[in-house]
Amino acid sequence: MSSSTYVAPTDHAKAADKFMEDEERVNWHDKALWFIRQKRDVASKQLPEWELLRETASQIKQNVLSNLDTYLEEFERHAKQNGITVHWAADAAEHNRIVLDIIKRHGIQKLVKSKSMLTEECHLNDFLGDNGIDVVDTDLGERVVQLAQEPPSHIVLPCIHKRKEEVGELFHQHLGTEKGASDPAYLTEAARQHLREKFLTSDLAITGVNFAIAETGGFVVCTNEGNADMGAHLAKVHIACMGIEKIIPKAENLGVFLRLLARSATGQPITTYSSHFHRPRPDQEMHIVLVDNGRSIQLGRKDFYNSLKCIRCGACINTCPVYRRSGGHSYHYAISGPIGAILAPNMDMKKNADLPFASTLCGSCSNVCPVKIDIHNQLYQWRQVLSDGGYVPKTKKIGMQAMATVLSNPTIYRVAGKSGRFMMNLMPGLANMKAVNPWAKQREMPEPPKESFRDWYLKNKKKS
Amino acid sequence: MKVGLFVPCYIDQFYPQVGIATLQLLEKLGVDVEYPLQQTCCGQPMANSGFSSMTGGCDANFVRNFTGYDYIVAPSGSCVLHIKDHLHDDKNPEAATHIRSHIYELCEFLTDVLEVKALDSKFPHKVGFHTSCHGQRGLHLSQMTELNAPDFSKPGYLLNMVKDLELIPLNRKDECCGFGGTFCVTEEAVSVKMGRDRVQDHLEHGAEFITGGDVSCLMHMEGILKRQKSPVKVLHIAEILNGQYE
Repeated sequence: MSSSTYVAPTDHAKAADKFMEDEERVNWHDKALWFIRQKRDVASKQLPEWELLRETASQIKQNVLSNLDTYLEEFERHAKQNGITVHWAADAAEHNRIVLDIIKRHGIQKLVKSKSMLTEECHLNDFLGDNGIDVVDTDLGERVVQLAQEPPSHIVLPCIHKRKEEVGELFHQHLGTEKGASDPAYLTEAARQHLREKFLTSDLAITGVNFAIAETGGFVVCTNEGNADMGAHLAKVHIACMGIEKIIPKAENLGVFLRLLARSATGQPITTYSSHFHRPRPDQEMHIVLVDNGRSIQLGRKDFYNSLKCIRCGACINTCPVYRRSGGHSYHYAISGPIGAILAPNMDMKKNADLPFASTLCGSCSNVCPVKIDIHNQLYQWRQVLSDGGYVPKTKKIGMQAMATVLSNPTIYRVAGKSGRFMMNLMPGLANMKAVNPWAKQREMPEPPKESFRDWYLKNKKKS
Repeated sequence: MKVGLFVPCYIDQFYPQVGIATLQLLEKLGVDVEYPLQQTCCGQPMANSGFSSMTGGCDANFVRNFTGYDYIVAPSGSCVLHIKDHLHDDKNPEAATHIRSHIYELCEFLTDVLEVKALDSKFPHKVGFHTSCHGQRGLHLSQMTELNAPDFSKPGYLLNMVKDLELIPLNRKDECCGFGGTFCVTEEAVSVKMGRDRVQDHLEHGAEFITGGDVSCLMHMEGILKRQKSPVKVLHIAEILNGQYE
């Protein structure tokens, strides 16, 4: 697959408008994700200790983030003892170079890759494609978006925005399925046959990492399709790519995280495959690439560092009422939804200044988070940082300054209130004019009352 | 006990009847209520837009108006949450601290401070209750569906005291309505869609009225209902609990 032709829109509200043009799609997108949120609710309520598990996971990650350097070195030491080659990458470019070097050293032209949000963040597919390497994503949803030349729209459900008919058309074009066929079982079988051939003929497999264990030097990859195992077990070379925050101290901690991950993600008690890798097979090479790419900077931000606790379950995305109606691509960042909106500004404040504003601050995200990241508070805090840094439009700042002046001064406030109500009484048509007032495009303005509460109070109460 | 009544700016300007109902209700329950005349706004519109740096004036004015009361009560979960979380005044730090820890949203004041056991009101209608996010997830006025924790609802407890009122069930009992402050205009399309979906849930379950603790959410849903020419009306919970609505 050559580099993707998809150009991400740069403004969440505009991209959301576009997604909203197809209301029927928005409706089933919303319902599909809400269904998963409900499954998550049922699964989490079957465990009496659920809230304790969340707190425990949060504290384990707190310890990890407070001692990240020590745990990383401990992990490196043990991984090396196990015969794994460990690489360190400061940023996405270095990560991509390291992966390409390994591929080239083996003279490999094509490879299989299982789900890894880190490689999405680093745009590895585009980079390898530009260097003539054929990368096949083996997660079914990822393969669908790869064939469509789009990025994933959701970290767990990469093609949740696509109708089965659209998948059928893609498969017809690329895999030769029957024109017009959209039966999920038929399409899945076609994908299975197509991917089977790729697995059998690839000498190199890339996987992500869900948890890397400092104590053992091993790592765990969770999938529902078994595609990480299939790739890694058949290939002569296995490269696992991970962000440095994926470390956990001990193997016993897995008992906490594996119970939380799948229940939060899809409402399953556990992922179908939780594969533990410790050392290469005798005839195999195993590499692990530890990537920083902005994480050390985020770790140094006191209001935002705990976003690095994220285990990429996607629960905050499923529950987000904005995400469900705007679609994943409206976030124009590898990780969409609320968690993406607090991670993205760390990478590029200018480009991602709109994302923390793509929220009503309803707070549902923080409540479902299995590691208790205070996501909605961080959205609020990022707004302050972005405004202070001059990353929001000047007109907005001027408007807010005017509003602050009116609202800080009781006299000006009363005069403005009177004239505002007066104007609305005089010309209700103007207040409801769609072009000048975004409120009134699809909503009526409130009917202006004849007097304010204060006026009423002075008249009726103050006399006594 | 002396209570300072905080009537948020948009209620003062657009929904005075909510302030009136709140005042009458509190007085009926024997509370000595005063409305400080120079009050304006809690400062949330600026802060949620990223300009908390501009809220100093509102903060100072708020502290000037509400110093010296045993409690401050407001018919808005959102504004109360903002004061609780963000009110600061370098010149009067102690007064600000007292206000932050003694400000109550109306329902929680009735259940937690006054410990109301009965109300003299009747409302023979099917009512849908809209749970406002800031009241619920911020002030914990009711249990959040995301958590594995016992169910409760302070507004629900109060509505159950109203004679002949039938509270309807909802498919999504604590989904956001999409108002979100300036979000409602900067993300107009998503905001309206969220509002329409929320309203639809109430309509499907036969609501004649939608009530709630935050006028901002209700104003948003009212705007959508009116555009749809729906006969369904919105009312603030104070208007129902006060029993004077006709």
